[in-house]
Amino acid sequence: MSEPVDEELLDVTVTVNDVPRHARVPARRLLSDFLRHDLGLTGTHVGCEHGVCGACTVLVDDAPMRSCLMFAVSAQPHRITTVEGLGTQDAMGPVQQAFTECHGLQCGFCTPGFVTTITAYLDENPDPTAEEAREAISGNLCRCTGYQNIVKSVLRAAELRQEAKGQ
Amino acid sequence: MKPAPFVHHAPRSVDEAVAVLGEVGHDGKVLAGGQSLVPILNMRLASPGHLVDINQVAGLDAVAVDDGSVRVGALVRHTGLERDERAYAALPLLRQALVHVAHPVIRNRGTTVGSIAHADAAGEMPTILAMCDGVVEVCGMSGSREIPWHDFFLGPLETSLSEDELATAVRFPRFPSGTGTAFLERARRHGDYALAGVGAAVTVTDGVVSGVRLGFVSVTDVPTVLDLSAAYAGQEPAAVDWASSADAVGDAVAPEDDIHATAAYRRMLAVELARLALTDAAGRAA
Repeated sequence: MSEPVDEELLDVTVTVNDVPRHARVPARRLLSDFLRHDLGLTGTHVGCEHGVCGACTVLVDDAPMRSCLMFAVSAQPHRITTVEGLGTQDAMGPVQQAFTECHGLQCGFCTPGFVTTITAYLDENPDPTAEEAREAISGNLCRCTGYQNIVKSVLRAAELRQEAKGQ
Repeated sequence: MKPAPFVHHAPRSVDEAVAVLGEVGHDGKVLAGGQSLVPILNMRLASPGHLVDINQVAGLDAVAVDDGSVRVGALVRHTGLERDERAYAALPLLRQALVHVAHPVIRNRGTTVGSIAHADAAGEMPTILAMCDGVVEVCGMSGSREIPWHDFFLGPLETSLSEDELATAVRFPRFPSGTGTAFLERARRHGDYALAGVGAAVTVTDGVVSGVRLGFVSVTDVPTVLDLSAAYAGQEPAAVDWASSADAVGDAVAPEDDIHATAAYRRMLAVELARLALTDAAGRAA
């Protein structure tokens, strides 16, 4: 991103998906833009930029937070996990796997925020009911699915995690 | 939807933070959790030249519970307070209200003290501070002071904090033993700002009601406490018809029309939520 020529740039290093990543950015760089523009990690999506839609949710020390409501400079002491850190196309994480099996996405714009949010939720609540699953995703907006298949995906991801544990 | 440029300050101590705040004066703003401030910056409703990021300041992240109160440091996240079992045992009203603060993901970052310093009339925790008769602990260039809640909240988004002052903690005094509490609110969508919210605290002594307090969210300009102790003192809690609070509650609130609801609807909601919250609170009092 181009900055006004007189804007001070800071050396910012943030650990993202277990790798220290560095860029020179202005203090006002949002963590969401730092991930996408400065590091090229475009898995994190940016929707509303005021904390409502949930698309930009990343894990900060394993807790889900809005990356559009944090500055990159403030993220330096923390471990950031993005959707890229939760699996690959060949080796999907349980939540990603569940979304593909249950048709938990259509356009996919909101999906990264759901995947990070649900991953953290299942760490704390490994066996949710359908009602609890619905509550867990209440802070994320999806405009395609009507949420039914996302609720199914949460429950399926919980099963997949249990199965993986049993092996 | 990007913030205007600012200078980022990352003080390591309260003294350093206060020194920077004193230096930059009106052009400075404290950044703690940022869950209210960063949207304001992103939308450029405000564009302070300096942000004093207190996240690296030592000693502000503790919840302390003693016989008298629950003390919450400026870097305690809503989630941290919500999950603190000692705080819950001492003052269940905290968790009862915190679960209504936005969504869990916002509570993971947002701070309780920051929410109080932000002083939004639609915020839950300023009202909880008022219901508990709480105080804000403040440090500034000329030393530290404590501000009682009724001197702290001056208007919507307006407090008596000076430009050089940092709210370092708040103290929520505990209710007398025998107090039951409840907090209820209704919003258009889960996690949205409440159309109306009501907290209730009913104290029972020797089998009869001795104290009744209500607090309101989204229907008053500043946190407001309605003390109905005189009206109900001496009555058996199970025999009280809490619907009789309707006139007093309707008079105490001053809601406004907006795109989400009419003033009349909000007032009706506040009256009904008060009845329900008082019933719940009385049921928990012993």
